[in-house]
Amino acid sequence: MSRHVVATAQEIPEGGRKLVTVRGRPIAIFNLKGEYFGMLNRCPHQGGPMCEGLITGLREAKQPGEYLYSRKGEIVRCPWHGWEFDIKTGQSYVDPDKTRIRTYPVEVEAGAAVVNGPYVAETIPVSVEEQYVVVEM
Amino acid sequence: MTALPEGAIDCDIHPSVPSVQALMPYLEDHWREQVVMRGIDELNSISYPLNSPLTCRADWKPASGRPAADVATVARQALDPFRTSVAIANCLYGVQLLFSEDMGAAFARAVNDWMVKEWLDKEPRLRASIVVPTQNVEMAVDEINRCAADKRFVQVLLLVSGDTPLGRRHHWPIYAACEKHGLAVGIHAGSSYHNPPTPVGWPSYYTEDYVGQAQAFQTQLTSMICEGVFTKFPHLKVVLLESGFTWLPAHLWRLTKYWRGLRMEIPWVDRAPGDIVRSNVRFSLQPVDGPPDQESLLKLFDHMQSDELLLFSTDYPHHQFDGNAALPNGLSAELARKIAIDNPRATYARLMETVG
Repeated sequence: MSRHVVATAQEIPEGGRKLVTVRGRPIAIFNLKGEYFGMLNRCPHQGGPMCEGLITGLREAKQPGEYLYSRKGEIVRCPWHGWEFDIKTGQSYVDPDKTRIRTYPVEVEAGAAVVNGPYVAETIPVSVEEQYVVVEM
Repeated sequence: MTALPEGAIDCDIHPSVPSVQALMPYLEDHWREQVVMRGIDELNSISYPLNSPLTCRADWKPASGRPAADVATVARQALDPFRTSVAIANCLYGVQLLFSEDMGAAFARAVNDWMVKEWLDKEPRLRASIVVPTQNVEMAVDEINRCAADKRFVQVLLLVSGDTPLGRRHHWPIYAACEKHGLAVGIHAGSSYHNPPTPVGWPSYYTEDYVGQAQAFQTQLTSMICEGVFTKFPHLKVVLLESGFTWLPAHLWRLTKYWRGLRMEIPWVDRAPGDIVRSNVRFSLQPVDGPPDQESLLKLFDHMQSDELLLFSTDYPHHQFDGNAALPNGLSAELARKIAIDNPRATYARLMETVG
């Protein structure tokens, strides 16, 4: 397990996302209200690119006709078939027992810390002034 | 043929109203007089034309008149040969086809009272479904409440094709009444013929009408699931009668696939459609749409992912099998017992109250 610098924090603003590659794996990074989350960019159903999915909220109902809308911006629907996944956990809302997207811990680190290591900055130059998005894999 | 266990519960037989004259003692004065004044001599539906080979098996056909029209005949043909302990009578008559709500309600009352006096009181092995005037939901609920005190009514009978999809909320008072009284909802093949019996318009031939019933059942099942009937009424048991069942696995694959992508449209459907079917929906056995070989049928049972979905039925007097071969070949003794006895008992709460 090592820590990979994949982007500057300002490249992925609130509500934004970015597709990065870590150890050859495509990872979709999402920024939810300043907190970053990483998920494998491959829907477990047919392999759809999750990073291109519609970001929405969670719709639940205790009874027919009710739309309880919560967690706005925290659900991503696969662009291919619309399956819903929790960006924070990778949990599926259509097949929670059998289906889950692999997620990866993501943190923001100050450039000063990153420069000191032990981080792997695969594609981007690092400077002490910036904040960086770091994926653990 | 698979041996039918003794004491089977036949969940779909069809006593006939022999003629409108038989209902006269059970009609209120106004309607009795209307029958005469209007010259009403027949109120049967075209769903089962009298001379269609499907309507009655040759060896069950009377010399004249309608089949299954008296209790002795039904006992001799439908109960004794199968060693049936209980049979549920689903009377198919023209009640639902009428456009007048009042006339529909009057004939529903007459049919149900006739059922009690001419059938249930005379043959202890019989139970029955309540015929309701689906033209008006309030009147249908009134009729359910009127009949429910008699525990020999175990179900409410609806036709698969009416005016609107059965999941729509205006039907829900019927389901609330059923849940309250411990009655199952039986949805039987047949149409009010207020709409074409196929989704693409009026067909030319009887074969098209009868085969098309399966699509109507699929649509109703989809409607009831998507509209949230089983979310609102989690204890409701719905029995599809004479629906066939070989279509079920493929239909559930399709419905589940699109529910997964469109779940957010109907968030009250919080379980996969197959899970809902397995907890709330049952299917009468006959007609078995015959796969060409035993192995295919057993594979189909695997695809259904449950041995609790099928309820024994002969569909008497309709011609679905010959002799006493009501169970298809190749069923294990255990599955035969579940279909014939255990599953019906688990489905019809009232059977346990009246049979023990």
